[in-house]
Amino acid sequence: MHPQFGRRQLLVAALGIGAGARSTLTWSAERLTLTGSSTVAPLALEIAKRFEKLHPGVRVDVQSGGSSRGIADARSGIAQIGMVSRELKPDEADLTSSVIAIDGVSLIVHRSNPVATLSDDQVTAIFTGKVRNWRDVGGPDRVISVVSKAEGRSTLELFTAHYKLRNSDIRAQVVIGDNQQGIKTVGANPGGVGYVSIGTAAFEAGQGTPIRLLNMGGVPASVAEVRKGRFPLSRPLNLVVRGEPSQLTKSFIAFAQSSAVYDLVEAQFFVTLAPA
Amino acid sequence: MRHDSDVLAKQLLGVFAAATALLLALVLGFLIRESVSVISVAHVWHFLTDDGWYPLERRFGLLPMAWATLVVSLGALLVAAPLALALAAYETFLASPVVASILRLGMGLLAGIPSVVYGLWGLTVVVPLIAGWQAPGTSLLAAILVLALMIVPTIAITSSAALARVPLPWLQGAAALGMSHRTLLLGIAFPAARGGIVAGIVLAAARALGETMAVLMVAGNVVQTPSSLFDSVRVLTANIALEMAYAEGDHRAALFASGLALALLVLALTALAHRAQRGGSYAA
Amino acid sequence: MLFGAVLGAAAALCVLALAWVLWDVARHGLTLWSWSYLLDEPSNAGRSGGIAPILVSTLAILAVALTVAFPVGVATAVWLAEFAPGRAAPVRLALHALAGVPSIVFGLFGSALFSVLLGLGFSILSGGLTLACMMLPPLISTTEAGLSALPSEWRRGGAALGMSRSSLVAHVLLPAAAPTIVAGAVLAVGRATAETAALIYTSGYVDRMPGSWLDSGRSLAVHIYDLSMNVAGGDRAAYAAASALVVLILVINLFAASVRRRWALRQLAPD
Repeated sequence: MHPQFGRRQLLVAALGIGAGARSTLTWSAERLTLTGSSTVAPLALEIAKRFEKLHPGVRVDVQSGGSSRGIADARSGIAQIGMVSRELKPDEADLTSSVIAIDGVSLIVHRSNPVATLSDDQVTAIFTGKVRNWRDVGGPDRVISVVSKAEGRSTLELFTAHYKLRNSDIRAQVVIGDNQQGIKTVGANPGGVGYVSIGTAAFEAGQGTPIRLLNMGGVPASVAEVRKGRFPLSRPLNLVVRGEPSQLTKSFIAFAQSSAVYDLVEAQFFVTLAPA
Repeated sequence: MRHDSDVLAKQLLGVFAAATALLLALVLGFLIRESVSVISVAHVWHFLTDDGWYPLERRFGLLPMAWATLVVSLGALLVAAPLALALAAYETFLASPVVASILRLGMGLLAGIPSVVYGLWGLTVVVPLIAGWQAPGTSLLAAILVLALMIVPTIAITSSAALARVPLPWLQGAAALGMSHRTLLLGIAFPAARGGIVAGIVLAAARALGETMAVLMVAGNVVQTPSSLFDSVRVLTANIALEMAYAEGDHRAALFASGLALALLVLALTALAHRAQRGGSYAA
Repeated sequence: MLFGAVLGAAAALCVLALAWVLWDVARHGLTLWSWSYLLDEPSNAGRSGGIAPILVSTLAILAVALTVAFPVGVATAVWLAEFAPGRAAPVRLALHALAGVPSIVFGLFGSALFSVLLGLGFSILSGGLTLACMMLPPLISTTEAGLSALPSEWRRGGAALGMSRSSLVAHVLLPAAAPTIVAGAVLAVGRATAETAALIYTSGYVDRMPGSWLDSGRSLAVHIYDLSMNVAGGDRAAYAAASALVVLILVINLFAASVRRRWALRQLAPD
């Protein structure tokens, strides 16, 4: 006897797919697609959901894929809006950017490390491998584990620009991709030092993750200081469009910049555009 | 005798096989198309001899990462294979039916857990343990251990199915001759199941070579030729994952080329395995 | 006796490692479970609310992947093993090469072919088809190995009885190879549920309840990845979703075990 169930399942599945396909081919005209930075994506997702509630019938889809993809898709038209977690470069002048939030970047160390601040020279020395032990900068006798970001990340570019380094000068013991990985890596290593988003680090430290934020140039690393504009290292989170945006796009961007979403921005531990 | 149903079956199945072949050609073609701009003797020379991997400064030295990939995968296989084979043998021959089905379930579970979960576990459990021994913790050793855990199910599941196919009369004969478990397993069961076991190991090797997320989270990702188990290393797949989103032009092509190199490596591995398998299963 | 103990110890070690991983996941994640967790939509970037739309998307993607990969895979394997072994070499070669291609490359391929060229965009269909491509190599390899390992006397015996090849395959060989085929399917489905990178580029990131096969919808693995690697404070939720994934895999494996039992009972050859 043949095992019957296989054929029956296939038939059902085929019918299901057919029915599904037929019902989908009518898209609402009001559809917006955003692609790009995975840093901006969770924020954009929540903003999109709130926007959809206020504009029934409109669909806003948020996809990730990285800032470069956001730029490429905005240019090619695959997406109406690109999400980019940095300022636009000179060769991206064909796009217009709108800032929706600011993200500060600070150095973090393991909580058990008593070092509270590092001068610019010390940071450079540590990250270029000239200083290998914490005791040389006033800390305990412990090997330094430098945690740096992979090439091409905007956080890395921000960091190297600020400290006037080239990526090939950096001698890291660990290279990471995302902020969370950086936090987890430093948290797992008593000798670790890295640079991550301030808001995220502050939240995680508050939750008990064993990390601590370092001051930079005398300014404490906190979301408040970034908002006041006093923290030296920060980057804008941008929505970019090419050419003249549609009415829907304009409306969405305006919404994303408005005070109606400040709570969403803060829920992601970024800094809003509200005047300090 | 030529049956009509056979002619029909051959054609119908042939269509499916052709579809598969087409698909494979498409994927490989895509890989080649995306990497073609860096497939030239001059470029390959760069891949092999450039000092370091700094694509934004046009330095494309792939060799350290290639070594890292090989060592991590080989290490994982060396750790996983004996464990998995022992597990498969135990589950097929020695365990009670209840325990055996629990073991099979457990292996199926292990096989479906996403690499990001293994990576998280590795980062929060294995890395601090290793860091306590020697910084930074994210290391070749961590990658080998986590990867080994991930490929144990592949080897165990396929080997178990292969061992189950060993003809019962052979096992009964061995028992009648008074053979010990060890002789029976090593002398009869494993050789008889060699085909399936090798197939499983090759599959596991392919999985190990292609694994990205978990290794990215625990290996450290520093581009350097590994000289100790505690060194931080970057494998080719992690490199692609870290940089693909930001790569353009030759950099992007170089990443695809490393993907192509991986595919070719698995191909070579498989060819080697087939050669070793010549004269394999006694049952065919 | 000692040898048996060594084997048992190895088995215990593997089980211990599995238990460790699962314990970690459950410890952090089960605190968020409730009925509403399984029925609600995610909110606050996934840190609260539930995973209902994500479960639906995951099952939909798996359904597409299996529906395409299983028939094509088994058919191809049968063709390779029984009907055209002479011409099989290049196909087999390509299959093995493909098994080594990293998943992120598959994601980019799927995006180029299904999303862009075939116009499916970010969709469940796109993701499912891409997964099907990734599942074919392990599925075909194991099925073919299972069929090849069957005694050749059976084929000669079948011919002697006047059976057609196709009849032999359908009634004797496939049922006899069923445990191996199911093993291959389990591995393939495991690969599919665990896949992240390929789906980010194809079925996408949207966490809304999908209304059709052409809608974008994130899978559980993508959700877990985003919560643990991208969203601040998303760890608890990531582990909770991982627990849900483990339960899903458990259900699938139990189903596979029952299928294996049912087919084994239909074997015509003595074991």
